[in-house]
Amino acid sequence: MSENKHEITDVVIIGGGAAGLSAGKITAKHGLSTVILERDSRMGGILNQCIHNGFGVHHFKEELTGPEYAERVYHEALAAGCAMYTGTTVMDVSGKRLKRVLCCSPEHGVREFNARAVVLAMGSRERNRGNIAIAGARPAGVFTAGTAQRLMNINGFVPGSEAVIIGSGDIGLIMARRLSWAGVKVNAVIEIMPYAAGLPRNIAQCLEDFDIPLHLSCQTLRINGRDRVESVDVAPLENGRVCLEKTFNISCDTILMSVGLIPENELSQKAGARLNPLTGGPVVDSRMMTSAEGVFACGNVLHIHDLVDYVSSEAEMVAEKIRLFLGGDVKAPEIKTVPGGNIRYVIPGGFEPGTDSTFYMRPLAVMDKARMNIYQDGRLIYDHPVKYVKPAEMLKVHLSPDFDDALPSGGDLKFSLKAE
Amino acid sequence: MEEQRICILCPAGCHLKISGGKDDFKVEGNRCPRGAQYAYDEIHDPRRTVTAVAMTDAHCSCCCPVKSDSPVPKAMINELLELIYASEVKLPVRCGQIMIENFNNTNINVIFTRTINSTKELMS
Ligand SMILES: Cc1cc2nc3c(=O)[nH]c(=O)nc-3n(C[C@H](O)[C@H](O)[C@H](O)COP(=O)(O)OP(=O)(O)OC[C@H]3O[C@@H](n4cnc5c(N)ncnc54)[C@H](O)[C@@H]3O)c2cc1C
Ligand code: SF4
Repeated sequence: MSENKHEITDVVIIGGGAAGLSAGKITAKHGLSTVILERDSRMGGILNQCIHNGFGVHHFKEELTGPEYAERVYHEALAAGCAMYTGTTVMDVSGKRLKRVLCCSPEHGVREFNARAVVLAMGSRERNRGNIAIAGARPAGVFTAGTAQRLMNINGFVPGSEAVIIGSGDIGLIMARRLSWAGVKVNAVIEIMPYAAGLPRNIAQCLEDFDIPLHLSCQTLRINGRDRVESVDVAPLENGRVCLEKTFNISCDTILMSVGLIPENELSQKAGARLNPLTGGPVVDSRMMTSAEGVFACGNVLHIHDLVDYVSSEAEMVAEKIRLFLGGDVKAPEIKTVPGGNIRYVIPGGFEPGTDSTFYMRPLAVMDKARMNIYQDGRLIYDHPVKYVKPAEMLKVHLSPDFDDALPSGGDLKFSLKAE
Repeated sequence: MEEQRICILCPAGCHLKISGGKDDFKVEGNRCPRGAQYAYDEIHDPRRTVTAVAMTDAHCSCCCPVKSDSPVPKAMINELLELIYASEVKLPVRCGQIMIENFNNTNINVIFTRTINSTKELMS
């Protein structure tokens, strides 16, 4: 886009899902010129295909469906003054202080934006059969849960007549109900872990309502069928061992794999952002900035969220940090944050005392009653009760600006969960 | 009577322990008052919000997401789904616009959950 050649945009956001739209809404409100680039033909991201309700309970204090949530944040971003381009794929992010964002679209061809700050908001993609290695031929009828969701909810296709779902993540559970309501018989959900990966409410309303059996501690050994799926072989795990002698067979013509999401980070690496092996997303400091100066991240590209409300609040926090950064705020010395007992990761990876800070983290194991503890140099500086800790639910800890128990000169802040 | 249920009203998913009858109805485990009401309803008149897609009159297989504007008695859900699947939606539609009014005299409406202005928008 030649007219743009020498123009500088304050903030370019890559990805127009809940994260990108929520961040753009706030940066534009602060008077920063904001551009959102979206690969798909419409804004909203994954929300567009999530036609079920359960979105926005915290953020809008109302229970919305995915498309409704998307439409709301889209209109908020529009009203705030964001410029939005759909059908536009970002291919590269480069440059040191001034960022160059290279993108292309059928409409405008290849074009480049110059930006003072970039937000990575590319969301995630699904793990697939290749990621979990199941034996068998490659018959038709095997879908990732998200692909099936898109087919059914955007295109209106019903993928089969009898289904088995591998993995008990929320998307798979939601799809079990969706299939049942579309007249497809769901014969089983197979989960390799001894507990379900998805939220309890989804077990209740998506499986129990339809009497769909959930086989915990079971491994899918083989997908049978040549042209079309015919059945799956499943075996229970006992003490970590696959009991081949107890293998059973479940017939189906359709298989949905709901085995998790992975942050979409090829572009982040091109931009120079270092990745965190624990989250699959970029490492971010207390300013939510990646290791590439001026490049920020939020939403599923940073770490996998189960609640869109948290995606929005995280994105809004990023927008605030960008305002400070572009306002010339210099980086203060910060304390590193690290995971301790029963915590897989903490985001952001740094804490600047005296600032309003929110931390997001994932527990590793279920705890009925626990205390969230923060230690510095072995000293307990934060102690708060939390109930019903489970890996399916992200935890959020807020430290207000007057939290002064952490010594700026001290060591790392270690976040731990202790069972009560 | 004693039953275990999971409250589905919000992602917290409280484990409810429900006991007693009409007069000594008791709920434990709910983190907020909505859970107690949910437990009562779940025993006496279980309902679910229904979401689905409705076909449009567009020439391609393209559809529009819809939902019931309040929870539907469980026993009526299949009938409502049949009704939605049998309908053909005329574009344009507005998010919030009523598709089916006062289903079975329940005062429940089915509304569109997405704005679609034209077929062109759907095809893209
Ligand atoms: C199937 C599913 C069901 C869910 N159900 C619920 C629920 O019931 N309740 C709830 O609260 N939350 C739910 N969530 C969680 C929550 O909705 C999502 O985590 C959230 O919407 C993710 O937002 P995002 O903006 O990070 O990612 P996305 O919505 O994935 O948006 C990323 C966008 O970036 C675009 N993009 C990617 N790469 C590029 C590129 N190179 N150039 C340009 N654009 C690019 C993509 O096209 C996409 O539109 C669900 C999530 C999924 C996946
Ligand atoms: S009882 Fe309240 S907090 Fe618990 S799941 Fe129900 S609505 Fe949520």
